[in-house]
Amino acid sequence: MKNKKLISRALNISKTYWRGKVAVEALRGVSIDICQNDYVSIMGASGSGKSTLIHILSCLDTATAGDYYLDDTIISRYTDEELARVRNRYFGFVFQNFSLLPRLTALENVALPLNYARVSKHEQLDRAREILAKIGLEDRMQHRPNEMSGGECQRVAIARALVNRPQVIFADEPTGNLDSRTGAEIMEILDGLVAEGNTVVMVTHDQNVAAHARAIVRLKDGLIEK
Amino acid sequence: MNDLINRISQSFQTFRSHRLRSFLTTLGIIIGVTTVIAVLSLIEGLNRSVARQIQNLGSDLIYLQKFTWVQTGHQNYEKLAQRPDLLPEDADAISRLPSVEIAIPEISSRVAGIKFKEHEVSNVTVTGSDENYSWVNNHVVESGRDFSREDVLHRRKVGIIGSYVAVGLFPDESPVGREIYIRDNRFRIIGVFKEKGQFLGQSLDNFVLIPYTVFERIFPRSRESVFARIYGGYSINIKPKAGNIERALDDVRELMRRRHGLSLDQEDDFELNTQQVLMDLYKNITNVGFIAIVAIALISLIVGGIGIMNIMLVSVAERTREIGIRKAVGASNRNIMTQFLIESIVLSLIGGIIGIVIGMSLAALISVLSPLKAAVSLWMIALGFGFSASVGIFFGIYPARKAAMLNPIEALRYE
Repeated sequence: MKNKKLISRALNISKTYWRGKVAVEALRGVSIDICQNDYVSIMGASGSGKSTLIHILSCLDTATAGDYYLDDTIISRYTDEELARVRNRYFGFVFQNFSLLPRLTALENVALPLNYARVSKHEQLDRAREILAKIGLEDRMQHRPNEMSGGECQRVAIARALVNRPQVIFADEPTGNLDSRTGAEIMEILDGLVAEGNTVVMVTHDQNVAAHARAIVRLKDGLIEK
Repeated sequence: MNDLINRISQSFQTFRSHRLRSFLTTLGIIIGVTTVIAVLSLIEGLNRSVARQIQNLGSDLIYLQKFTWVQTGHQNYEKLAQRPDLLPEDADAISRLPSVEIAIPEISSRVAGIKFKEHEVSNVTVTGSDENYSWVNNHVVESGRDFSREDVLHRRKVGIIGSYVAVGLFPDESPVGREIYIRDNRFRIIGVFKEKGQFLGQSLDNFVLIPYTVFERIFPRSRESVFARIYGGYSINIKPKAGNIERALDDVRELMRRRHGLSLDQEDDFELNTQQVLMDLYKNITNVGFIAIVAIALISLIVGGIGIMNIMLVSVAERTREIGIRKAVGASNRNIMTQFLIESIVLSLIGGIIGIVIGMSLAALISVLSPLKAAVSLWMIALGFGFSASVGIFFGIYPARKAAMLNPIEALRYE
């Protein structure tokens, strides 16, 4: 992993949250670098902190302690507005349950991030169409999520993650809601993206899925297992 | 701009998927705005017609009388009845004031009916005055001729009739030169006045004008009742010189106090009435109505606003996941806030527009079905718009803020 361009760096990240009156230490000092064209799997038992880590890395959540850098800028103290901008410009997300907006068509769902990126409506749809075509869904553009199969939905979600040309694509259990054959198709797409030079960080508990990645980070009780 | 249109059309999409709910939500606003528009346009219509009618009476005339038009508090009628009568000589004296163009005596009484052949007009007012009556009171002699000085001085039994009387008695012939009987006295009709219309539902044309010198003879003054002593006598109609109303009021007051021999510590024993007083009184009455309506409308708009807030809160809760997804792909708090705020504004504006349309139709319907005439002004529509937009903003802010402040992780987990 040497001589690669560093995208983001988490230093000694801790996260404590309160469940009622009990403090839960989800992360207890985790450091991780994400470099250009990395393909990383984060693994761990449930409660190991893997979801919390990917949330912090993707700026959906903030750390209680520790620093997080993006392009040499410290962003751990960013405001909500600034974090929203970072999520929009730098990162793409793929969720286990697809998380598409049910009332929008596949095309509109894919264009959604561009909606918040000051891109003209015309360009939004052009770019969304282009990505959907690339991912093999040109005949599904006007379909709504409930008119598509799980695999198709997840492909739309991947297209949405790609549409604003992110630096890192985060995937949280991307095959968790799919049968093994469809899951394999999705992994093939992710592999293809990495082959094209994209950076993918995913969370999974599935050994076979994790094996696709070039590096595996194992978490246990909020710490990285060496 | 493009973005805004985009967002507005987005919110329409939301309403389409919850048609009944959106409609019920806006019902409060619809009712509120409908009430405001309908009632305001009716009040405005009434205002305009009353203002026009007051103008019709003959604007900026001063009426010197024993009684006031606008009573404030208790009136001692016995005392009013004891006031000295106003006389044609007073009118002559007032006419000589430099601030006054002319003053004329006017006296009237009502007769049960006037007949001509088989035709009859009932409840006719007989007015006694002089040759200046018509131009002082903005009456125009349409056919025939006006009084002459001689008609008055020589006590000629001649009359000029209002158009209502003319139409009633002479449907198919010219009244000029015909003779009618008033209290068994034969009068020759020398002219007909042009139609003046109505004042507060009463025809202004149901009258016969005769010389006051004749009037005194055929209608002897009754001094029996307090009422007759107050209202039965002459009233002096004073036409001030242009722009001199205030000075004329002062001059007439001073002159009349002198003529009645009042000392400095005595109150006036006459009243000076003007159209302005009538107008002010009328405006006071409608202003009270206006304020009451605005208060009622405000309450219904607040109720409507609470409805909007309620449904927006439900909508935020229902769409928690959507908010989480939007935030995950880069929507800022401000984006989410704008989205929900636009939704609540559009929702209440739709209500407002429906209310404006229903309110205007209601006013139009009332205009057709009743003598009340509605007048819709642009400012009312603007008011309806403004009201509903502010309700949308005011009651939309809290739900929109709540949506904007959602934590993306928690929102995404929400089932």
